[in-house]
Amino acid sequence: MRLELRGISKRFGDFYANREIDLVVEPGQIHALLGENGAGKSTLMNVLYGLYQPDAGQIVLDGQPVTFAGPGQAMAAGIGMVHQHFMLVPVFTVAENVVLGHEPVHRGDLIDLPKARALVREISARFNFDVDPDALVEDLPVGVQQRVEIIKALSRSAQVLILDEPTAVLTPQETDELMAIMRQLAQAGTSIVFITHKLREVREVADTITVIRLGRVVGQASPSEPEAALASMMVGRAVNLAAQKEVAAGQAGPVALSVKNLTILERGGVPVLDNVSFDVRQGEVLAVAGVQGNGQTELTEALIGLRQPTSGSIELAGTNLAGRTVKQVLDSGVGYVPEDRGKDGMVATFTIAENLVLDQFDRPPFAARGWLDLKAIGQAAAQRIEAFDVRVGSAKDAMATLSGGNQQKVILARELSKELKLLIAAQPTRGLDVGSIETVHAEILKQRDLGIPVLVVSTELDEIAALADRVAVMYRGKVLGIVPGGTSRETLGLMMAGVPAEVAVAGGSGGAADGQGEVTP
Amino acid sequence: MSLTGLAPAPQAAELPLAPVLEPKTFKAPIALSVFWAVACVFTAVTPAGVSTKFELARPTDFVKIPDFAVPSRPSVIVLCLLMLAPLAASWRLANQRRRVGLWLPSAFGVLWVLSFMVWVVAGKTATWTLTILLASALSLSIPLVFGAMTGLVCERVGVINVAIEGQLLAGAFLAAVVASRASNSYAGLIAAPIAGALVGALLAVFAVKYWVDHIIVGVVLNVLVSGLTSYLFSTVLTRDAAHWNHAIQLPVLPIPLLSRIPVIGPVLFRQTLLVYLMYVAVLALNIMVFKSRWGLRLRACGEHPKAADTVGIRVNRTRIRNTILGGAIAGLGGAYFTVASGLAFTKDMSAGKGFIALAAMILGRWNPKGALAAALLFGFAEELAVMLGVMATPIPSNILNMTPYLLTIFAVAGLVGRVRAPAAEGTFYRD
Repeated sequence: MRLELRGISKRFGDFYANREIDLVVEPGQIHALLGENGAGKSTLMNVLYGLYQPDAGQIVLDGQPVTFAGPGQAMAAGIGMVHQHFMLVPVFTVAENVVLGHEPVHRGDLIDLPKARALVREISARFNFDVDPDALVEDLPVGVQQRVEIIKALSRSAQVLILDEPTAVLTPQETDELMAIMRQLAQAGTSIVFITHKLREVREVADTITVIRLGRVVGQASPSEPEAALASMMVGRAVNLAAQKEVAAGQAGPVALSVKNLTILERGGVPVLDNVSFDVRQGEVLAVAGVQGNGQTELTEALIGLRQPTSGSIELAGTNLAGRTVKQVLDSGVGYVPEDRGKDGMVATFTIAENLVLDQFDRPPFAARGWLDLKAIGQAAAQRIEAFDVRVGSAKDAMATLSGGNQQKVILARELSKELKLLIAAQPTRGLDVGSIETVHAEILKQRDLGIPVLVVSTELDEIAALADRVAVMYRGKVLGIVPGGTSRETLGLMMAGVPAEVAVAGGSGGAADGQGEVTP
Repeated sequence: MSLTGLAPAPQAAELPLAPVLEPKTFKAPIALSVFWAVACVFTAVTPAGVSTKFELARPTDFVKIPDFAVPSRPSVIVLCLLMLAPLAASWRLANQRRRVGLWLPSAFGVLWVLSFMVWVVAGKTATWTLTILLASALSLSIPLVFGAMTGLVCERVGVINVAIEGQLLAGAFLAAVVASRASNSYAGLIAAPIAGALVGALLAVFAVKYWVDHIIVGVVLNVLVSGLTSYLFSTVLTRDAAHWNHAIQLPVLPIPLLSRIPVIGPVLFRQTLLVYLMYVAVLALNIMVFKSRWGLRLRACGEHPKAADTVGIRVNRTRIRNTILGGAIAGLGGAYFTVASGLAFTKDMSAGKGFIALAAMILGRWNPKGALAAALLFGFAEELAVMLGVMATPIPSNILNMTPYLLTIFAVAGLVGRVRAPAAEGTFYRD
């Protein structure tokens, strides 16, 4: 099916998320939509899928102009979408999720489960997916959940398949498999719109590339263009793609944080953290790599005191932190940048100034005898906003009015402005634009160079490469191994898929331990 | 080029890696032990040499079972000893980190209640008429069952319904009025769900369409229905009770053969049409919620509305329709208070049953079978308190009235488990 978007505009208030966008996707083509977070890619696809109504413009399918009042109509017209946040009901089985909305029924209104299972098995076999139709979706790893989403779209005979940031949750190996699937689908005649901000993937799989910036199409490109050219198109200025970490390695001092045999069991005795042990030294960044959901969240929550470990110890500069409350942990000098900024890092309806003292509002200089000292809070806010270059209208605006990058700067400003003994940063640049990423990375490295031990949790290999002095890879709640910072993507990818460190290093491309960033005790 | 970084942390290697096990929890066995201790007190205070009388069968049953009396003290002692079996088993399971489950506490509960019943009328002239106890328990649980089914349908689709109370009351009111006007009790049975559906429609419009907090709308609707029916009662209904509000009773329809089975026959199968409709409703919901297209879409809207929307399901339309359907179910249940009981309408006669129905639904884990069991349990506890109030018992009636709530605590403590509400209940959706 030939898909054409003509002059699509979508406005939210005064803000144009999309402005006069033209796009043509030929049958059997893999068309990459490249752009930064917030450039308007997802909005455009939600317009195409009928979730938003465009303010102007036209959708044309095989020469016929169409309008979609809702996703149901888009689907009926042959458009399928795999959303960035999966649209699967966790407590339903795979088969129930796949047939939801177009259920085969018999005996009145009862769902014909054998037919539903057969449908899943048939599509699953066509692409070697190996998905059990009766498995509960919540029990499946994200990679498999994504396949369920693809099956769901194909079961409605989608001829245009939109994949919204599909690789964000995958290991490098799973990403390769997904690309093979995309090629297979394209060969079978399905048109694919592939939304991403990752240059490597675009160049590998796309037939043609459209770059979007600030809601506008800024140009077409061919996959053979060099990465630097694509990057500057995407960002709008020259970008230095070389490793940003110019200071090779931190001057690692003595061990500051020592985690030993940390274990957390969920109900039913299932370990979510399984005998995790590692050290972080003063002046080094230990990065925790791994696919989302392999225990990283539980690890940071245990360190900060949000979860009680079942066993094991957490020692920071000689004092045990395990079993302490969050307040005690924070007051002992731990800075914490949570992975879900909007939920755990700030109170969106509070002002920026209030958010800047969220962990210190109850003590001098910000409070005395049960009353807040608003003047002191205002002064501290002004000073921190300037020091961290936060772009705000007024410190009295609600936190929610800031962009993601500026919100993260506020959180960093708060966490870094106390005397730190440890900095924990979980997914510090998730959803940020390139400029903000650079700032956040620079701040983290500055702390390290001041001699503070830093623990960074990230699922992005680029971020690991930019920050890590050593990398601990987590897989199913275990630390699979700790490797030097310069370890190759292939090796890290293998480890993230569960291959033990020794095997991964031998089997990887041999790029491990190039000496740079290696830390020997 | 060394790979020192690859070695596991040296401290980790030195420590023995004994498998870490989940901490043991003894909540359920401790709760059971406390109840067992109370049962032991019954043993101690039961006078020796007296007996407790039971009546099992009604004269019309197939099989005649003569009334019998058991020696009180030995019976309580035997029951206490029998309770030791499930109690010991629950300690053993908890010690092995296994789930105590549902059956052990249930068996324990039955034995405990029996021991209580034997003790409380020991040596008295009163007789435990089991058929009446059970039949009245079932009867008291009718509005709870209907209310719980309403809560289940609404919450499964994502709407919190605390207006069950108002829907029951509206059903009771309209059933009485229409039955009186038509001089036909079945007309009341038809009118009752319409009243409940109207209240449900108000809830749906405000909670789903206009995004008002579900609980606030529900509370306001309860007050509205209570005020409206009270006003009409004290004006029109009282002025001309003969035309507008007189007692009229649904006929009892015994099912041939089944109704003559001893003990359970008269309890289950000598009932009004309303009770048979209740059986059908529970049975149908139990199948339809989990196996039908309607149920799948219903649950999808309550779990992940956006996922439902992206496959073309109209979330808000589904929510509105099913909230109205839920209201109709509670409205039908409201007929219990008037036409099914043969009573005229009185002010606020639903008396908080709607809230207990909500509790039954939650205790039954948003599941028709579980909600039915919980509703029956509440009904049984209530009837037990009523009967004990009539009998001359050694304990003051104020304490006895606590029995239903004690039983509730027992049920909640003993049947602890993973309770998970529909993920998107109480939320709003823009589609």
